[in-house]
Amino acid sequence: MMTNAVFDRIKEQIERDDVVLYMKGTPVFPMCGFSAATVQVLGQTGVKFQSYNILEDMELRNGLKEFGNWPTFPQLYVKGELIGGCDIVREMYETGELEALFQEKGVNTNAAVA
Amino acid sequence: MGLVGTAIEAQLRASLAPAQLQVIDQSAQHAGHAGARDDGETHFLVEIVTPLFEGKRRLERHRLVNEALAELLRNRVHALSIRALTPAEASSQAR
Repeated sequence: MMTNAVFDRIKEQIERDDVVLYMKGTPVFPMCGFSAATVQVLGQTGVKFQSYNILEDMELRNGLKEFGNWPTFPQLYVKGELIGGCDIVREMYETGELEALFQEKGVNTNAAVA
Repeated sequence: MGLVGTAIEAQLRASLAPAQLQVIDQSAQHAGHAGARDDGETHFLVEIVTPLFEGKRRLERHRLVNEALAELLRNRVHALSIRALTPAEASSQAR
């Protein structure tokens, strides 16, 4: 059973930043092709996001699987809501749904300019 | 298709009544990467079409697939890519 402490940490993280990516490695040094692809898609949208390297935090890694009822990484959260993993983010980007979601949720997509 | 791929296919057929199903072993593309094993069968792409996805968002569709394969994902399969469509979506994409 997961302690409440790690769930509290996750809640705090996904509330602190509009867009949060839990990934393997970092945006500059991704340790997995799916994490790298997701970082690349987010980069294309121009959104500013906070990332956490789950490879360095086993408690967070296991907590996230249970918290979101989602078994794999990366995991993208927008405004506290789980959007999905690499396949979903990529499909949503290709159909324009990802940018529509950011607009609808009032997420700033001018990170490159800021 | 190896034993793991066959198990994925059987599990999905039993759980999700697919109208179309393709399980593609992509392990060779990931040889030597994290999670790869010498005996392969670690990375798969699943393309699945089922009426059970109707009215469900992507997240919920992927959850159904992940749940059907939970045991295999936990113990054997390192990575799973999913394309999850309803029959109507599949036929409009095929056109």
